[in-house]
Amino acid sequence: MSEDKFTAIIVGAGPAGSTAAYLLAREGHEVLLIEKGAAPGAKNMFGGRMYSHALNRIIPDFWEEAPVERPVVREIITFLAGDRSTSIHSQDVEWAKPPYHSFTLLRAEFDAWLASKAEEAGAMVACNICVDDLLHENGRVIGIRAGEDEMFADVVIAADGVNSILAQKAGLAKMFSAHQVATGVKQIIELPEDVISQRFGVEAGSGVAQLFVGDCTRGMQGGAFLYTNRRSISLGLVINAGELQKNQVRVPDLIEDFKANPAIAPLIEGGTVAEYSAHLIPEAGLSMMPEVFGDGILVAGDAAGFVLNLGYVVRGMDFAIASGEAAAKTVIAAKAGGDFSKGTLSSYRDLLEESFVLRDLEAYRRSHRFTENRRLYKTYPAFVTSFASCLFTVDGSPPAHLLGKVLNHIRKSRLSLTGLAIDGWKGARWL
Amino acid sequence: MKKMSTEQLLGLDKFVVDDEQAHIKVDKEVCRTCQDKPCTYACPAGLYTLKDGEISFDYAGCLECGTCRAVCPYAGVAITWSYPRGGFGVQFRFG
Repeated sequence: MSEDKFTAIIVGAGPAGSTAAYLLAREGHEVLLIEKGAAPGAKNMFGGRMYSHALNRIIPDFWEEAPVERPVVREIITFLAGDRSTSIHSQDVEWAKPPYHSFTLLRAEFDAWLASKAEEAGAMVACNICVDDLLHENGRVIGIRAGEDEMFADVVIAADGVNSILAQKAGLAKMFSAHQVATGVKQIIELPEDVISQRFGVEAGSGVAQLFVGDCTRGMQGGAFLYTNRRSISLGLVINAGELQKNQVRVPDLIEDFKANPAIAPLIEGGTVAEYSAHLIPEAGLSMMPEVFGDGILVAGDAAGFVLNLGYVVRGMDFAIASGEAAAKTVIAAKAGGDFSKGTLSSYRDLLEESFVLRDLEAYRRSHRFTENRRLYKTYPAFVTSFASCLFTVDGSPPAHLLGKVLNHIRKSRLSLTGLAIDGWKGARWL
Repeated sequence: MKKMSTEQLLGLDKFVVDDEQAHIKVDKEVCRTCQDKPCTYACPAGLYTLKDGEISFDYAGCLECGTCRAVCPYAGVAITWSYPRGGFGVQFRFG
């Protein structure tokens, strides 16, 4: 193999890597897609939902062949505090009709399918290989080393995930700090298909995405999520790693406590836990973005920090897929000119800026500063749930109009009107 | 649903343990000087434990998330982090 030279060696068969491999192979380029897991997807996990737009542009009507679970028809945001919870539900039946807005899915199966598309298009897919290092010549990347094996390519695409060892070895990325990433943990809880539809009040084949804020993280920056799959529920937590550094809370206990929360327990009753997984999320977005191109190398997907968590919308896979697409286009153009220098590969960044990837990350670049605000995780959930409980309680107490109730609760929650106004303004501007 | 222990949760996962090589190495000398030892709380698999005041780490059962690496106050010194060799480690069946 060491005699062969590929147009591109792509490290990591996740959505970024497989998309790049698929598009390059489709154009007839020699592509090697390397995956450290026993199969593509074996090392990958996420919360549970992919927005469809990016993949639908590359593989139109992908849902007809891809292993997706349920199109999400209802979004729910839930505030949790003690025995109380308050939710906002939003349903749009259009979301569950073609071109389906988003799907819940399971990564082991889905990522294996996307890699198989690359393989069908002509890419060579090599699993069970962990890339140890990059090969350099005259300061430019010329290939990779995995154990004793050396493999060469015009360009290496590092799509090796949030812990991107390659982007760091290439000197493009610095080691992230704790507050720039979040730890996600998830359990897959199996339940019969019709039980899930009934419990969540959706038609057979449609699904729900629910995000939680408040007690589920014991006031730490983060939240919880629930996604309905066909025959299972993806239930988990996301907590900023900087918070985990400071607070002595055992993460495995947190998720078990969350399952016992009165807002969750009835939803998963009778279910069987089938898997427990964990992953880091590059939450700081642009502020942790590495140099995404160098001489002979591009960085895509989570490895480039292409994730956006606005609290009400969490995105990663659509960015990964579009960045894989931009990487493939960059390599195709570079190959045509026979030049893989940093200068030529810099068009990758231009493509990312023209696409929604850097446009959206740029637009929400300050969202992380907003979501760092601790009031969001303790004070506000307590305020919202307590106010809602008061609103709906009839017990013979003296009447109070809405304004009085609101002001009374603001006082009781020790919120300042100025603080509320500032947070409201920032939220409205930055999210 | 009954509460599950971390061991029970990890027991559900599929692992191919590399008996020859640990993919994460912990320098207990450095850890001894660490006050908070956040890894003992933050690791989702609960693999960092204290035995007689000393860090004990078991790489079998690692979910390969990198949380320990992120929270370690002596990152890169106390914990030498990498992925398992190809084909080894956790294998998610759902993900």
